[in-house]
Amino acid sequence: MLMKLFTDFMGWIDKRLPVTDAWNKHLAQYPAPKNFNFWYFFGSLAMLVLVNQILTGIWLTMNYEPSGDGAFASIEYIMRDVDFGWLLRYMHSTGASAFFVVVYMHMMRGLMYGSYQKPRELLWIFGMLIFLVLMAEAFMGYLLPWGNMSYWGAQVIISLFGAVPIIGDDLTLWIRGDYVISGATLNRFFALHVIAMPLVLVILVFLHILALHEVGSNNPEGIDIKKPKGSVKPEELSKFTFHKQYSANYDIVDAVPFHPYYTVKDIMGVVGFLFLFCWVMFFAPEGGGYFMEAPNFTPANGLKTPEHIAPVWYFGPFYTILRVIPDKLLGAVGMFSAIIVLFLLPWFDRGTVKSVRYRSKWHLINLIQFAICFVVLGALGTMPATPVANMIGVIASFGYFGFFVALWFYSKNENTKPMPERIAD
Amino acid sequence: MSNVPVNNGRRRFLTAATAVVGGVGVVGAAVPFIASWNPSARAKAAGAPVEVNVGKIQPGQLIRAEWRGKPVYVVRRTEKTVSDLAKHDDQLRDPNSEKAQQPSYATNAYRSIKPEFLVALGVCTHLGCAPTHHGGDFEEFVEGVPNGFFCPCHGSKFDMAGRVFQGVPAPLNLVVPEHSFISDDTLLIGVGPDANKGDA
Repeated sequence: MLMKLFTDFMGWIDKRLPVTDAWNKHLAQYPAPKNFNFWYFFGSLAMLVLVNQILTGIWLTMNYEPSGDGAFASIEYIMRDVDFGWLLRYMHSTGASAFFVVVYMHMMRGLMYGSYQKPRELLWIFGMLIFLVLMAEAFMGYLLPWGNMSYWGAQVIISLFGAVPIIGDDLTLWIRGDYVISGATLNRFFALHVIAMPLVLVILVFLHILALHEVGSNNPEGIDIKKPKGSVKPEELSKFTFHKQYSANYDIVDAVPFHPYYTVKDIMGVVGFLFLFCWVMFFAPEGGGYFMEAPNFTPANGLKTPEHIAPVWYFGPFYTILRVIPDKLLGAVGMFSAIIVLFLLPWFDRGTVKSVRYRSKWHLINLIQFAICFVVLGALGTMPATPVANMIGVIASFGYFGFFVALWFYSKNENTKPMPERIAD
Repeated sequence: MSNVPVNNGRRRFLTAATAVVGGVGVVGAAVPFIASWNPSARAKAAGAPVEVNVGKIQPGQLIRAEWRGKPVYVVRRTEKTVSDLAKHDDQLRDPNSEKAQQPSYATNAYRSIKPEFLVALGVCTHLGCAPTHHGGDFEEFVEGVPNGFFCPCHGSKFDMAGRVFQGVPAPLNLVVPEHSFISDDTLLIGVGPDANKGDA
């Protein structure tokens, strides 16, 4: 009786909006390779954190006061007087760091298994755009508590635009809306942080997933699960039913429907993630001074520079590249180049074998040195600039950019291992 | 559609004309959105000139004034400090102040109106931190130069005329703002001597 009511209701809806079809196409009949490992948790975890940021963010705006005079005090108000205000804020601040953790892992996955290669270039570019918007979002959000590190961090980053020849000074004045960072700057950053950037972010995530489902998911083996129509013997076809958008044009092998197989697996990932997340949120919400820096517990003061200005840890790698170049314009160019080369990764890699499992040992070494350099650059970014640190920073910067240059050279005629036709059981 | 007579030339013209008019409209509509980011009238008013009493500054002492929310360093330099300025020209990026980091009336060897008083923005030209004044103990940063400014953020160094040393991230000398003296003891920051004469 109830079931019949539900079927009738869905029938009524489906005639007007393709809800069941979309559910099948993107979840219940979406063919996902059967061999996803733990690296594949981070996409769904990023979505989870995004939802967390949006929800807690909305709740924080209910008590936050976006003004130069009131911002710092309103944060203290949220922390001390609003019921569970401290929890909502720590969910948001821990979520910001967690976002970058999962996104960096997600990107590393793409690097290891060649998920950026043809035909997934656009998927990768949407992902990079998400990363870029995420950095802008985090940067603007960090100004909002109006602590002294908020202030001086923003000062340093906005000054970067002053390196633009000719219009630099006017550009920074326009960005700030004042001769110094002031309430005017705070208010526009607030508007961008809570409305413009999240909107763009959600749209980009939508496009990222749409592009993913168009080309299909890669996997740790880098073996395509879509074979030409009619090339696979009927008894070897996947025994699951997949949406006709996929099965009409391809023979699908070694795949399982995303739901329930990977929804259940991702719930496992969520549980593990939430253990770690809650541990940090409840026991170390300041992240030992890396998630919330000490000078940020004093109000913004334009006349008093903190002794050591360090960005939040997730900007560390790019900040170090900026800092080791002893020239303002070139430093800024170096920093932005570090992001641009990531965008161009699908074209630096001229190989056709995707997964590191079947590529040359040079590629494995190159990947490992890149990951090490990235971590080293990140660590240096949070430390004071000493000559020794600078020296290491220069070397790690060469390692970072060297990854792309070396990849371009050896990927043309790479000594790869033979690729199996099918994903092994 | 296909059996409808079409004047392609006219269609192209109309399409182009619509696109151009629409484009102009978009540009026009963008003006208020972009211009609203400029400093407001209130912000501009708050950026008015400020007066500083320099009569009580001891030789070698630095005081900080605030102008447009930025720290302005005012230093009464000793005669020795002024005469020492020329000694390390070879270690500087721009010893003769050729880059326009100062008004024309301060484009001289000591980068100020009176040799005694240095007036400079305490804003590092690298990324805007506030350099710290080291009076007497600057030799740990530059050998043979007893006084100077050191930026704690990224290690840029400046001498007592705000001129930047070589081999540091800051590209330019410290900015000398428009300034003038209303009387012997009163410094006005934000307005140059010529404009000031007119007002007084």
